[in-house]
Amino acid sequence: MAVKTDDEMIEYVSILAKLELKGDEKERARRDMEKMLDYVDKLSELDTDGIDPLVQVIDTENVFREDMVTNSDDRDNILANAPEKEQGQFKVPKTFN
Amino acid sequence: MSLMDLTAVELGKKIKEGSVGVREAVKDCLKQIRAKEAKTNAFITQADETGVLKRADEVQKAVDSGELTGPLAGVPFAVKDNMCTKGILTTCASKILSNFVPHYSATAVEKLEKAGAIIAGKTNMDEFAMGSTSETSYYGPVKNPWDTDRVPGGSSGGSAAAVAASEVSFALGSDTGGSIRQPAAYCGVTGFKPTYGTVSRYGLIAYASSLEQIGPVAKDVTDCAAVLEVISSYDSKDSTSFNRGVPDFISALDGDVKGLRIGIPKDYFTDDLDPEVNAAVLAAADRMKDMGALAEFFDLSLVEYAVPAYYIIASAEASSNLSRFDGVKYGYRAGDYEGLHQMYKRTRSEGFGEEVKRRIMLGSFALSSGYYDAYYLKALRTKALIKQAFDKAFEKYDVIIGPVAPVTAPKLGGSLSDPIKMYLGDIYTVAANLAGLPGISLPCGRDSNGLPIGLQIMGDCFNERSVLKAAFAFEQTRKQEKSPLACGKEAEV
Repeated sequence: MAVKTDDEMIEYVSILAKLELKGDEKERARRDMEKMLDYVDKLSELDTDGIDPLVQVIDTENVFREDMVTNSDDRDNILANAPEKEQGQFKVPKTFN
Repeated sequence: MSLMDLTAVELGKKIKEGSVGVREAVKDCLKQIRAKEAKTNAFITQADETGVLKRADEVQKAVDSGELTGPLAGVPFAVKDNMCTKGILTTCASKILSNFVPHYSATAVEKLEKAGAIIAGKTNMDEFAMGSTSETSYYGPVKNPWDTDRVPGGSSGGSAAAVAASEVSFALGSDTGGSIRQPAAYCGVTGFKPTYGTVSRYGLIAYASSLEQIGPVAKDVTDCAAVLEVISSYDSKDSTSFNRGVPDFISALDGDVKGLRIGIPKDYFTDDLDPEVNAAVLAAADRMKDMGALAEFFDLSLVEYAVPAYYIIASAEASSNLSRFDGVKYGYRAGDYEGLHQMYKRTRSEGFGEEVKRRIMLGSFALSSGYYDAYYLKALRTKALIKQAFDKAFEKYDVIIGPVAPVTAPKLGGSLSDPIKMYLGDIYTVAANLAGLPGISLPCGRDSNGLPIGLQIMGDCFNERSVLKAAFAFEQTRKQEKSPLACGKEAEV
């Protein structure tokens, strides 16, 4: 699973991660990623052919419920934590002109 | 001697009998926190005194009227700061949530409050529970009450330190890869991670949802069982919650381990394990044999694959879970940006600490197109094999015992420079999270520096009772030891 950890790869992953890495942060991230991938490469020693990926350890079935509103109108409480709000809405920077 | 030196159940009993008032108990708790915080930094937020005393009076009334009869009524406790508490700052030890005040409480917290326990504060931790030392907190490192030059472990380090220093009677922690058990071991207290699905995760700020459980960090096994009985419940607000009926844990504490089948994984006892920890754990196994348990070594296998599988799965889930922190709905928003996307990026880059960013990057990569199979699915397949290995072991054994961590508490500042070395310290704990198993950490000795050594006992899924039974029986063979900060010397100020 040899993966090349170069600037391009770090740039791409930071876009996916929505992180802006500055100056030496980028190089540190590259080195960390390289070390981590090198380390987790240990898993390639294991033969996992025919083994199904295990997501949930406890056998639970999908949980369905009626589509009913059970909570009350919490708008003010929820908005109390908003960095910016206006007229009962979250306010975000302009997204198009 | 402070009331906070008592176990939660002992204190609850005194409150019920009327020999200690609820107000007296919480006042003493707040006094201990004030006296010891400068040394431990175990708390991020201390509860507002007026509110706590008002609550104490309400609980006292309910105790007097016979409305509250449970063992924890009137007992003060602390909550790890990654669990939402209505009206109380909840930061996850991160700058990005440094101003977040939830308008609801986590189900586990709500259950304890209903049982009459009183929130004394929110405990410090590794940022977003990512770390093994409680040093990645935005609010500064937590110190170990046994030696304040050392780490308390992590990520629930504040909860473990607060209990070990007798700042509170007990605390809630969360365990994603050992975050309850390892700090309990380093701080000489008792911590329990329940079977996945036993305690509702509603209101727990998610790090790696498929691995984590809330559990008690307490002074002894009895307290763990008492807290577990309160917080274990089916909750429709957590779709991975499992309906186990009425929890019954305390009755397992009968001290009888005759015939109990104990497995000791041979592959845990390698050169990487500190010789003093090694000796203390094996001595514990011998004690249990003396009491009539049947203990033998066996090959668990796959031990060295648990940590890499864990870090891929946990980081992948973290990268997804933490995408909600975008500066829109709550928490920190960057001050200087152009447009929406730069706002997201700057907010996250300024708001998250280094370890959190490291894991988000790794997780984003592991889930990315082209690498998903090779990393994420490979880790999930490894998880399946690890689960099978435990299933096989539990056909032969009631419990598995081993160390909690390869070493005792390291010095502050030594661990963060080499992340992989730090991650390897989780080798004995992550498997229980991957396989969903219940596990306890309790003190089993001290090393030559006087630092506590933890013993881990794991059981099969839903078999908390065997774990508690074994732990309680072993606990009876030892005198409870208190940290220097607990002994009241600091509290007499």
